[in-house]
Amino acid sequence: MKSKSNPASSLACETCPIHHAANLLKLGVDMEDWDFVVALAGNPNTGKSTVFNALTGLKQHTGNWPGKTVARAEGGFEYNRQRYKLVDLPGTYSLLSTALDEEIARDFILFGRPDVTVVIVDATRLERNLNLVLQILEITNRVVICLNLMDEARRHGLQIDHRRLARDLGVPVVPTAARYGEGLDPLVQTIADMATGRTVGKPHRIQHLSPNLKQAVLKLTKQIETVFPGVPNARWVALRLLDGDKRIAQAIIQGELGDLNDGVQERSAKIRDIGVEAV
Amino acid sequence: MDEKDELTSDDILETAKTLRWESVGNIHERLVEAIYTDAARIADRAVTRPDEEPRFDLDRTIDRLVTSRIWGFPLMLLLFTLIFWITISGANVPSKIIASFLLDKIYPVLKTGALGIGMPLWLSGLLIDGMYLSTAWVVSVMLPPMAIFFPLFTLLEDFGYLPRVAFNLDKFFKRAGAHGKQALSMMMGFGCNAAGVIATRIIDSPRERLIAIITNNFALCNGRWPTQILIATIFIGTLVPAHLAGLISALSVVAISLLGVFLTFAVSWFLSRTWLRGEVSTFSLELPPYRPPRILQTIYTSLIDRTIFVLWRAIVFALPAGVLIWLSANVHIGEQSIAEQLINILDPVGLLLGLNGVILLAYILAIPANEIVIPTVLMLTVMATGLHGMGSGAGVMFELESEAATLSILTSGGWTLLTAINLMLFSLIHNPCSTTLFTIYKETGSWKWTVVSALLPIGLGFAMTFTVAQVWRLIVGMIRT
Repeated sequence: MKSKSNPASSLACETCPIHHAANLLKLGVDMEDWDFVVALAGNPNTGKSTVFNALTGLKQHTGNWPGKTVARAEGGFEYNRQRYKLVDLPGTYSLLSTALDEEIARDFILFGRPDVTVVIVDATRLERNLNLVLQILEITNRVVICLNLMDEARRHGLQIDHRRLARDLGVPVVPTAARYGEGLDPLVQTIADMATGRTVGKPHRIQHLSPNLKQAVLKLTKQIETVFPGVPNARWVALRLLDGDKRIAQAIIQGELGDLNDGVQERSAKIRDIGVEAV
Repeated sequence: MDEKDELTSDDILETAKTLRWESVGNIHERLVEAIYTDAARIADRAVTRPDEEPRFDLDRTIDRLVTSRIWGFPLMLLLFTLIFWITISGANVPSKIIASFLLDKIYPVLKTGALGIGMPLWLSGLLIDGMYLSTAWVVSVMLPPMAIFFPLFTLLEDFGYLPRVAFNLDKFFKRAGAHGKQALSMMMGFGCNAAGVIATRIIDSPRERLIAIITNNFALCNGRWPTQILIATIFIGTLVPAHLAGLISALSVVAISLLGVFLTFAVSWFLSRTWLRGEVSTFSLELPPYRPPRILQTIYTSLIDRTIFVLWRAIVFALPAGVLIWLSANVHIGEQSIAEQLINILDPVGLLLGLNGVILLAYILAIPANEIVIPTVLMLTVMATGLHGMGSGAGVMFELESEAATLSILTSGGWTLLTAINLMLFSLIHNPCSTTLFTIYKETGSWKWTVVSALLPIGLGFAMTFTVAQVWRLIVGMIRT
């Protein structure tokens, strides 16, 4: 898993572990001494930072309001003598917009290729949270759903069939109440199973596309797969291209879904542009 | 791109472009629609709702109250006044205990110890009178109020109140031509402006983000709360009978922070009508459920994350500042020490602003961290007014175990109520600390906007203190005649 060579520049190498580590290095993740990288994603205020603290033993400040984490926080834990690096991503409702926090989260999941992406889901607002889950499932199949805030769901009298949810989504679902340390052991076990490949996800893919959009996606997906064989989320890339996502188009032109640091810089440049106009 | 067949990546983009033109309607909307449909279906299959909604919904009842048009703002003021009142009246006793311990007990021991091992006078002066005393100052002046204020504020945050404040303030931001989410970055700014500047990343449009960045400084930060609380306690609390002192001091701190909020709106309004013109974006703000705060955990994390963090930063910056202050007070060029000369140079400007040379010099020394303004002011005052000579020991400092003693130091340094009020104003309205400025540079990538963020508030601060001083003197003059 440790980086041994230069970043591979071809998409064909996308799937091999060396490329993956190189990309993570580019994202600023220090891969020294880590066996797996686990990303924490989720809507704002679902308890990502609480789960992060509980797993890493760190005491990162948590606050009960959306948008507290705008940058990435990193920590780690060890399980079964393997070391996991945990990356807490900014909370977002979707991965479709150009806000900097969404870009950070999207870029990390898409280009950083974490071994497991844990999506923290608010059990009391399942439907809205699933919007993000479905988008992430388009990008990667190495997903574990952490159905958090089960304590609040119980308080509101909600019953959630997490087995059924797991079947429908095609990935493991672990109910937790992270504030009270509930369900964290099974969560770690499930993350480990996914990371080591003992569990393989067969994720739900977005179904209700209109017929002509479906056809357009199909056509584009085929082309992407021909030019970049082995890319696991060709359909998502196709959807993004059809949506006019410039960031993805740029990644296609450069022939690699690599270069990531410019997320922040690009935004700074935009601000500078305004500055120039304003003078 | 070694293994391309007949197709290339350019072809892909070309196809995408053609398909986008061919497809009827908005692809983005259709995609979002598809995602929503799937999400609704899956959620519906997994969730069983209770047959009937509970008749009494506590969350909704609280929300109706705290975001109400009539009660929202009074409740907000009441809550914040309460927090400051608890802080101010609670900090007195521990402040005195710590001060008397560090200054009355430890300091003489260190001094005699240094004398005993034959340490040269200039070295013990530098180490003990300079470094140790400045650190002791920071700890005794700042630790108690912070140890009370930060946990209280964090509990409020943990409970879920801050987004409601943002909700209440949203319409004002909109009217000021700024993004409603600026309320959230402002809330972060009440903790630390550097963090507040980073928090503006949640704002999508660069124009509105710049407004939020430039005005974040008007949210009183950790480093400035202690200044406000202390000066309010010493000068404003002592104006009224003792049983009202805590409340009145608290109210004056609330007034200053409200002025900060008002300036945030005013400057946002100004910027959005001059250099940063544009449309206001809309957004949806989620009001999270109220959660019972975990009291012990909150106290622990706020003590570690905020109190100790701020204190540490203050000490780190106070140590070299202590050395600088001691050196400037003890190295003489001609007749006067460097500090005296600097203060003399700055005094005319300071007095014009209703401040004095000591305060201005303290603010120059405190550019790295606002936390050390008050300790620096006190030390400079003590040294500059010659309340003690360095050789005869920092005698006055020992007795600094009550507000009355601090008051006597400051009044002998020529302080009046006007000085105190203008210091509170200037503490609110001046350049951000160097950490925040660096963060602003990193976030905007622009020197120009960094310079604007530094100069705009300091210009405003000068204008504000100058005006207050002139009006004050006019009124005082009229009363006297």
